[in-house]
Amino acid sequence: MAIIHVDGKQFTVDGADNLLQACLSLGLDIPYFCWHPALGSVGSCRQCAVKQYRDENDTVGRIVMSCMAPASDGTWISIDDAESKAFRESVIEWLMSNHPHDCPVCEEGGHCHLQDMTVMTGHASRTYRFTKRTHNNQDLGPFIGHEMNRCIACYRCVRYYKDYAGGKDLGVYGSASRVYFGRAEDGVLESEFSGNLTEVCPTGVFTDKTHSERYNRKWDMQFAPSICQGCSVGCNISPGERYGELRRIENRYNGSVNHYFLCDRGRFGYGFVNNADRPRQPMLRRDGKLAIVSPEEALLNGANLLKTAKGVVGIGSPRASLESNFALRQVVGVANFFDGHAAAEGVLVKRVTEVLRTGPVPAATLRGIESADAAFVLGEDVMNTAPRVALALRQVARGKATQMAAAQHIPEWQAIAIADIGQHHKHPIFIATADATRIDEIALETVRSAPADLARLGYAVAHAIDPASPAVADLDAATAERASRIANTLLASTKAVIVSGTGAGSESVINAAANVAWALHAKGKSVELVLAVPEANSIGLAMMAAPGIDDAFKAIESGRADTLVVLENDLYRRAPKARVDAVLAKAKLIVVDHQLTETASRAELLLSAGSFAEADGTLISNEGRAQRYFQIYDPTYYKPETAIRESWNWLHGVRAAQLGQATVWTQLDDVTAEVAAVLPALARITEAAPGAKFRITGLKIAREPHRYSGRTAMRANLSVHEPRQPQDADTALAFSMEGHNGVQAGERPAALTPFAWAPGWNSPQSWNKYMDEVGGHSLGGDAGVRIIEPAANAPAVPAYANHVPPAFAAAAGEFQIVVSHHIFGSEELSTKAAPVQSRIPAAHVALNAADADALGLVDGALVSVQLDDVTVQLPLQRHAALAAGTMAVPMLPGVPFAVSGSRAKISGAARA
Amino acid sequence: MKAILSGIWSNLRSMGMVFTHSWRKRDTLMYPEVPIYVPPRYRGRIVLTRDPDGEERCVACNLCAAACPVGCISLQKAEREDGRWYPEFFRINFSRCIFCGYCEEACPTNAIQLTPDYELGEYRRQDLVYEKEHLQIAGTGKYHDYNFYRMSGMAIAGKPKGSAANETPPVDVKSLLP
Repeated sequence: MAIIHVDGKQFTVDGADNLLQACLSLGLDIPYFCWHPALGSVGSCRQCAVKQYRDENDTVGRIVMSCMAPASDGTWISIDDAESKAFRESVIEWLMSNHPHDCPVCEEGGHCHLQDMTVMTGHASRTYRFTKRTHNNQDLGPFIGHEMNRCIACYRCVRYYKDYAGGKDLGVYGSASRVYFGRAEDGVLESEFSGNLTEVCPTGVFTDKTHSERYNRKWDMQFAPSICQGCSVGCNISPGERYGELRRIENRYNGSVNHYFLCDRGRFGYGFVNNADRPRQPMLRRDGKLAIVSPEEALLNGANLLKTAKGVVGIGSPRASLESNFALRQVVGVANFFDGHAAAEGVLVKRVTEVLRTGPVPAATLRGIESADAAFVLGEDVMNTAPRVALALRQVARGKATQMAAAQHIPEWQAIAIADIGQHHKHPIFIATADATRIDEIALETVRSAPADLARLGYAVAHAIDPASPAVADLDAATAERASRIANTLLASTKAVIVSGTGAGSESVINAAANVAWALHAKGKSVELVLAVPEANSIGLAMMAAPGIDDAFKAIESGRADTLVVLENDLYRRAPKARVDAVLAKAKLIVVDHQLTETASRAELLLSAGSFAEADGTLISNEGRAQRYFQIYDPTYYKPETAIRESWNWLHGVRAAQLGQATVWTQLDDVTAEVAAVLPALARITEAAPGAKFRITGLKIAREPHRYSGRTAMRANLSVHEPRQPQDADTALAFSMEGHNGVQAGERPAALTPFAWAPGWNSPQSWNKYMDEVGGHSLGGDAGVRIIEPAANAPAVPAYANHVPPAFAAAAGEFQIVVSHHIFGSEELSTKAAPVQSRIPAAHVALNAADADALGLVDGALVSVQLDDVTVQLPLQRHAALAAGTMAVPMLPGVPFAVSGSRAKISGAARA
Repeated sequence: MKAILSGIWSNLRSMGMVFTHSWRKRDTLMYPEVPIYVPPRYRGRIVLTRDPDGEERCVACNLCAAACPVGCISLQKAEREDGRWYPEFFRINFSRCIFCGYCEEACPTNAIQLTPDYELGEYRRQDLVYEKEHLQIAGTGKYHDYNFYRMSGMAIAGKPKGSAANETPPVDVKSLLP
């Protein structure tokens, strides 16, 4: 703590901060560009100048850059000082001397940090009389637009892209006033986190290309606090809607989870909400075709199907909310409700849940990962299964430099000094996976082997840490030595994170990772676990403890049941096609989904569910954090014929019609409360966000910014008589600009903050107004509630898993399948978004290069692969790093369903 | 008696005064048979104009809609193949419009302009909803010379980077000259 004096007033601040951060945290506005809470200070833009005085008697003072000056005790500064004000106004005038005259046609306009800062400094008219320097733009791929003339050379983009996110292909070129931020040549930005450039860039050089096609200003969008559906990490997002279309996803600050950054799958994979082929009205099969029916008719038909059924089976979904899964469970009965994961995957997710709930080691938040100083990744290709975790792991590696600098008394915001001290030093990270990963370069050591051997390595490491954990029999000397090396490094750390998950498709791998974490815990080390699971609500579904999907299929196959209710799930992603075909042929199918999946197109009755954009619900992330997402817009406002309802609403309606009763659940809170009451493990989900009765000074919270335009014209083509704004019974948010709009920033609870805006701050930088300290946690606490914490009475010696698998032995003529994942293409919903589709790799299978040589196969050879009982022809990729004896079968469109651990054969090369 | 006489006089006097109007100049404006003069900057029916080259001036920046105090303007940005932004639809609900002219003041391209036409009466309110085809005119309106894309740094087909007003051609990034 330090006391500083700003314009004669005394404030208490964190003495470790720089003056800029300290003043912003106090709510004092100083304009800035190059500083960013996640990137530190470099002092390059000269915008944050203030006057600093020697002491209270000094009247002359000197201009300093507040981002480069420590907020040390007894500092006297002035922000309002006339000389520093004039200085700041001049700086922005220089920065703007080459800025093009194009705000009206710039996608940044209206949420532009440069516009905000220009207004803040008071610069209004240019005195520069000469011509403007110009640049040519580059095509940076389907996600990011590039308009180099708008650049003010703050260097934030390269500092984020190269230093923070580890990208290689964006750089700064040229000299003097010609500096150019881009790629060496046109091409797709390689980083999986390129989308953050649109928010990091203070002006419109990098903009969201997926939004540009159907562009509108930030002030014209209707937002809702939401949760990304792209993976299990549960990043907070702020999606915006206009004219009934989802237009853009921006980051929503959560100090414990994603803070300032998202991955590209989450940011650009929203297009499935707008797809034309979505079922927007319930449909009933008539004469072999799905025909639109009224909601009432749909409910009656659903009830009739259930009434006349010999037996009903319900399959839940890891991408549906807890509430919707619970509603299905009510409709079909507890005994007939099944887990919607693929059979093998479901077992793994349940094991992950068990490890987190019964073990002594807590799950790490993303922020928790970043504060570790050693990491061990076992089996999980996090870049492709939980991408945001990979970005957090990069910060683990970078933490070494900060630590080295701290030893020299250099504060952690001194970005350049830290980089100079750190050079290439990194905190130790071990990455043991089946194939090469995109974060191998930050690893101290990488290991490539088959899942069984990865598990054995994990067990060996755990045993080396705590001899009480099971030993590995017949361990080869090299692995034993490696295990003790990893164990010693982890033991030497002050905080370690162990990263694993369901991605390797092996329960042994998860157990081994748990053993490592538990062994470190038993040795009194600070350790946290990151276990990636496949989908947004995988953990939530697993906590409902339903039997696996295989049992559901068996019930149909055996004739015990003849009616199948599928909730937001495409069964063809969960089991081999032949089996699903056979099951669906024997069952009457009711599907509740928001996408026309292959399963949905075979339904007898298809109920048009709301996606995350039209529904509310609660998800549980892989960290065990229950978070609520809220409906963004009401689709009937623009298209009155639309009949999209939350899945729980449809299912509850069917049940009411079946029983001939009135509906009991009238709003989301009713469902959430019942889930919490019936399932004790989920009791705390009601705390994930304030309920529908929450008000601030008697007002609901506005979903639209106060400047929202066109209210009396946007719908006038339908009727000039304006209807009442849609009413939202489910939440404390209003479909309107009327209501509490956060003008007194920070008053809205973090879980109910739809968008960031503060007076004078229109850009995403306004999130800084919603934090206890800039870059810290949300005022009033971060959104969501962790419902999984280690048991308080966990035994001192953990219950180590002890099924050490035998070493992997390659079988002649066979390969063990390892299902590989890709950030673009492996997740179901984002794959339906056009911009993401253009980034999906072509379908293929991969073999170790030596294995391919043995078969005489070259790269790209079309091979016939026998997976279980299907044979497909796919081009072959030779991967030098892939474990010998395994075959990587990617989860991509065009590749049939495969299970990790099963065997595949190559029955011949069709073409070399 | 005096009251009666003064009453009679008052009536006669009034009748006389009314009668004198038969020779005075007529005050009634013969609208609509005779059109009425309105100053050119009168704020009446809103139009969308074209630039001197005959292209749509509106770039769908949304500032008019944001400035509109009654929220009666709505539009959607789209992009032509040559790179120009244009409104895919542009709708003004004249049953809500208060003719304040803020939209015209906000417009950075001089596209939206108010005209002296005030004859907007309709029998059906729905007919007061004007779409782009009702708003777009063929000429430049009040401002004849302004062409936004000649001033703007944004490149469009036929106007590459560096050829707008006050711009130099794109620099050679690889140059090492000071």
